[in-house]
Amino acid sequence: MKIVIVDESPIRAAILEEGLREAGFCDVEHIAETRNLLKRVYAIDPEIILIDLENPSRDELEQMFQVSRAVRRPVAMFVDQSDSASIQASVDAGVSAYIVDGLKKERIKSILDLCVSRFNAFAKLQTELDRAKSDLEERKTIDRAKGILMKAKKLSEDEAYKLMRGVAMRESKKIAEIAQSIITASELLK
Amino acid sequence: MNAGRKIKIGFIPLADAASLFVAVDKGFAAAEGLDVELVREVSWSNIRDRLAIGHYDAAHLLAPMAIASTLGLSHVKLPVAGVFNLALNGNAITVSPDLYARLRDVSQGDLADPSVSARALKAVIADRDERNAEPLTFGMTFPFSTHNYQLRYWMAEGGIDPDRDIRLVVLPPSYMVDNLAKGQVDGFCVGAPWNAVAADKGVGVILHPGCAIFNPAPEKTLALRAQFAERDPGLVEALIRACLKAADFVKANENTNEVAALLARPNRVGVEPEALRRTLDGRLGAGVESKDYLLFGDRANGRPDRRQAAWLFAQMLRWGQAKFSPDQLRVVENVFTPMFFDAAAGVALQTDTQPIAAFAGSAFEDIESYLSTFAIGARC
Repeated sequence: MKIVIVDESPIRAAILEEGLREAGFCDVEHIAETRNLLKRVYAIDPEIILIDLENPSRDELEQMFQVSRAVRRPVAMFVDQSDSASIQASVDAGVSAYIVDGLKKERIKSILDLCVSRFNAFAKLQTELDRAKSDLEERKTIDRAKGILMKAKKLSEDEAYKLMRGVAMRESKKIAEIAQSIITASELLK
Repeated sequence: MNAGRKIKIGFIPLADAASLFVAVDKGFAAAEGLDVELVREVSWSNIRDRLAIGHYDAAHLLAPMAIASTLGLSHVKLPVAGVFNLALNGNAITVSPDLYARLRDVSQGDLADPSVSARALKAVIADRDERNAEPLTFGMTFPFSTHNYQLRYWMAEGGIDPDRDIRLVVLPPSYMVDNLAKGQVDGFCVGAPWNAVAADKGVGVILHPGCAIFNPAPEKTLALRAQFAERDPGLVEALIRACLKAADFVKANENTNEVAALLARPNRVGVEPEALRRTLDGRLGAGVESKDYLLFGDRANGRPDRRQAAWLFAQMLRWGQAKFSPDQLRVVENVFTPMFFDAAAGVALQTDTQPIAAFAGSAFEDIESYLSTFAIGARC
């Protein structure tokens, strides 16, 4: 079974592709660049097309539904009315599937379920990555503020940190916010 | 004061959603007790699907899509109520400077006349055929859109079969200009402000405003799930009232700068205010001007009209997107129900809205006899 993934995120596409291969679907192609999308899809001639919902090119795929001389095979969207739980899950995860008419529903269901879980896994990964990034930023800010306090007030590193923590607790703010204020203030006073 | 009733509305970044933006940003929605969250979307398909599963309570939707979804023509069958004409017209046909020059070379008459330009296009196509050149490619935004029907209507009047003689491709509105610049398409029909943007960048020449092809064309409808609308008519009416007030604000000349600035915000349309200002004024640039260029639905023309629904259905039939039956026609007409509008506006308008008229071809009366007058079409 030939599957095409249309996704501008190479990492997410790789995660999905890996999942599909593990499940035994080896004929998977990834289209990252959506120029001439339909032409490329027709050339690959897949049975299933998976596209992320952030992709503005999704409307192009809808053209395949149209009765037209250019279209070789009608394509139908899996998410039909009878399966609202699947629709909900796939839209929530941010993925949509288009399939060629006549494919067995059970097979497609397993693929769509896999898509949904991989998309969700990617979203989780993204959130963790964002958090790690902002944690790192915060630590840098706190370190800089510590340095300023140590120099200005002749404090040890530990004392400088405790001072910031005390202020943060009193004002019920995050230490990073206090640290940022210290940096801003010291830049103003330069 | 009670917190407003929360509703979520999906939109595509286009100038014709202005009434929705203004209803929210100028407080008209809040004054009606509505706490509206507007969500910017990237595709019409997403809007349709999210409306279907209840992510959105309402949507800025292509008017023909409301009909197609109700009939289940695009594989998602969702009875939709198009309760208010958010906008009429607003599209334009733009071609590359190259194609424009070719059209000028072969045209017999004033290119501003769609009959003349369509025949000129036919001549250009015939010449390319002789040289075995690739067929011309035109972009439009969705199969069920006035953009698609405007291009097809215009071309067919010049003797061009749009399914055989050229290529029609779907592109997201915001990608049109780039595709024209890179030669991926030779022309397109798209909503505001993208024609003005193409002209400003010098990559396109605006050939005709959409209203020169047919006028007034229901462009975007305020769409809700039919069931949802029927269950909560009070909410629908409040939303329509907010949009009516917003439309009055948008149309007042003294507000043009403010509305243009508001539309220009990155979370709305997100382009330069100048192109938006011209759009609101009906000045497209290069001498293309029309007071009917983009009409925001108000008390006079915001009323959904069953005849307009039938007219759009006729275009779908003509191009083989739907099959005719009297039952289907009744379903189609009910998509544009004026019930909510009449209750919201407080008056039942006695007069029908202006019928849609095209630059050529027969007047629209009965669907079947209307369709029989066209030589080109893919009726099935």
